[in-house]
Amino acid sequence: MMSLIEVRGLCYAIDNRSIFDHIDLDVKQGKITAIMGPSGTGKTTLLRMIGGQLRPDGGTITMDGQNISTLNRRALYTLRQRMGMLFQSGALFTDMTVFDNVALPIRVHTTLPETYVRDLVLMKLQAVGLRGARDLMPSQLSGGMARRAALARAVALEPEIVMYDEPFAGQDPIGMGVLLKLIKSLNETMGMTSVIVSHDVAETAQIADYIYLLADGKIVCHGTPDHLLQHKDPHVCQFMQGLADGPVAFDFPASDLRSDFGCA
Amino acid sequence: MDFFQQQGKNAIENMRSLGRSALILWHAALWLPVSVERYRLLLRQLYRVGVLSLLIVAVSGLFIGMVLGLQGFNTLSRFGAEQALGQMVALSLVRELGPVVTALLFAGRAGSALTAEIGLMKATEQLASMEMIGIDPLHRVVAPRLWAGFISMPLLAAVFSVIGVYGGQLVGVNLLGLDHGSYWSNMQSAVDFYDDVVNGIIKSLVFGVLVTWIAVYQGYNARPTAAGIGESTTRTVVFSSLAVLGVDFLLTAVMFGD
Amino acid sequence: MQAKHLEIAVGLFLVVGFFAFVVIAIQVSGLNRDYNSDSYQLTARFSNVGGLQAGAKASSAGVTIGRVKTIHLDSDDYEAVVTLAIDARVDFLTIDSIAAIQTAGVLGEQYISISIGGDEEVLVDGDEIEDTASAIVLEELIGKVMASFSK
Repeated sequence: MMSLIEVRGLCYAIDNRSIFDHIDLDVKQGKITAIMGPSGTGKTTLLRMIGGQLRPDGGTITMDGQNISTLNRRALYTLRQRMGMLFQSGALFTDMTVFDNVALPIRVHTTLPETYVRDLVLMKLQAVGLRGARDLMPSQLSGGMARRAALARAVALEPEIVMYDEPFAGQDPIGMGVLLKLIKSLNETMGMTSVIVSHDVAETAQIADYIYLLADGKIVCHGTPDHLLQHKDPHVCQFMQGLADGPVAFDFPASDLRSDFGCA
Repeated sequence: MDFFQQQGKNAIENMRSLGRSALILWHAALWLPVSVERYRLLLRQLYRVGVLSLLIVAVSGLFIGMVLGLQGFNTLSRFGAEQALGQMVALSLVRELGPVVTALLFAGRAGSALTAEIGLMKATEQLASMEMIGIDPLHRVVAPRLWAGFISMPLLAAVFSVIGVYGGQLVGVNLLGLDHGSYWSNMQSAVDFYDDVVNGIIKSLVFGVLVTWIAVYQGYNARPTAAGIGESTTRTVVFSSLAVLGVDFLLTAVMFGD
Repeated sequence: MQAKHLEIAVGLFLVVGFFAFVVIAIQVSGLNRDYNSDSYQLTARFSNVGGLQAGAKASSAGVTIGRVKTIHLDSDDYEAVVTLAIDARVDFLTIDSIAAIQTAGVLGEQYISISIGGDEEVLVDGDEIEDTASAIVLEELIGKVMASFSK
């Protein structure tokens, strides 16, 4: 199985605080790869680096053999046409209708006549169940609908790889089920490679083929969902089973309790 | 030593943001509305930046002209030089007040809106998602707004000056009884096309670039939070007002100081 | 907003803006009263032009008939030589006309007043007005008055 994206020795720091410390990671072609970890471990940052919006301090990220962090602006924008990204907030353009949002990538990157564009857009909207909402403005959509519309836009150009940033966060159970089904079917029917960044263990484990667990700037563990769920390591157990206390402490680092209350 | 280190760090950071803003300006300047798509983007921004600022500029121009007429008449009549009112009103407007006051109004009306809009697009990840779609936000979002500002500002300043001159006439001639002919003929003999009018237009062009540049940069570099956008909007109005007044002094010294 | 209305609004804005430019150019700066095209030139020598500047008007009996084109200092006799552009329609300035530098109001701008004489012959392009009266410089006048008082 070929790796579409290879991350090797990735290092990144913000204000001397290390976010990534020599991370290695592979995204296999046609598979759903999940990157999981507690909030604040830089999962979204990793997606942004794959998309070329941030540059790593060290190490390489390659897609199809091209080193993303050394591409010039033009080459980067060309490469991005092969990627789709679903943002956490949906990030629909608020000054145009749902239809125009989905049509934008097609209109910008192809010279198809408007009738073809219309058919393509309606097909994508049909796939996410929003064909009837094509004339609505983004502000008129619910959170779940906005995310589905954004998904339709992300796959409008049928990219080779789709990146999902916290797709399940803040969704009701029905919306969650719809998104799970959509991601799975996009992966199976269109053969798209998927990268999911999430901290929702149960949902992600349902559809992911391979999971990387990220904590403290390092890959703590990686393997198939079953492998991880049965793992004995306390770090892995705590995260996968959602325990309040464990190696990742419940308390934010603080001085001794007694000194704060004056009993020392 | 810490103090000096901090100063050095600040200096480097300031240089960096200056360079970054210059690059934005450069990228946007190369963008020309040559395609239908770009023409539409520019049109929409011209409407929002230019047309929507027209009313406030026109009304302010009228009042400033009327005040100039009133004050000028009272002062000049002490020296028996009321006939010079037209000249005073027109020169004040064409050389100074037209470009400067319009730029200040423009910063408050259009500049703050530009910053808030771009900042909000950044905060809601619209700019990032645009990049991921493979569309450069510098081209799609920033450039049309910059060009709309460059084009609108001189036109607005011209409207301001013309309405101001008629406002001065309204007070000086129609209200205070100055002769209509001497108001205009004095003005025409005193105002020189190249020295005064063209220099006034150059001023308003420069101010247009300054204000929209600052507004767009502040929006593009806003911290993506509610408070951050508020700060950036304030900075746009403060910085562009100061920049306009400061650069106005320099331009005046170069243009009119012999 | 519909695309059509948007275009109309922006179009109107551009028209209004350019119209404002035209008004400034013609109505405010008086560009239409350019004497360069159909005018003829006269010169006049003054011992002192005071605050007279290029672009100042030249009038006769209060009617503007031309304007000052250039002012330069003659290297031979150190007098100011003023070149006037006079409207071609005013072709009846006699050779004994008097050019005087006067001030509009007490502190107003300075202009050239031409009093037309009674001679048969008229001035043509390139001629010189022989009879001139220099500017009254207020400071000199005050200085003389002060001097007479102190005697």
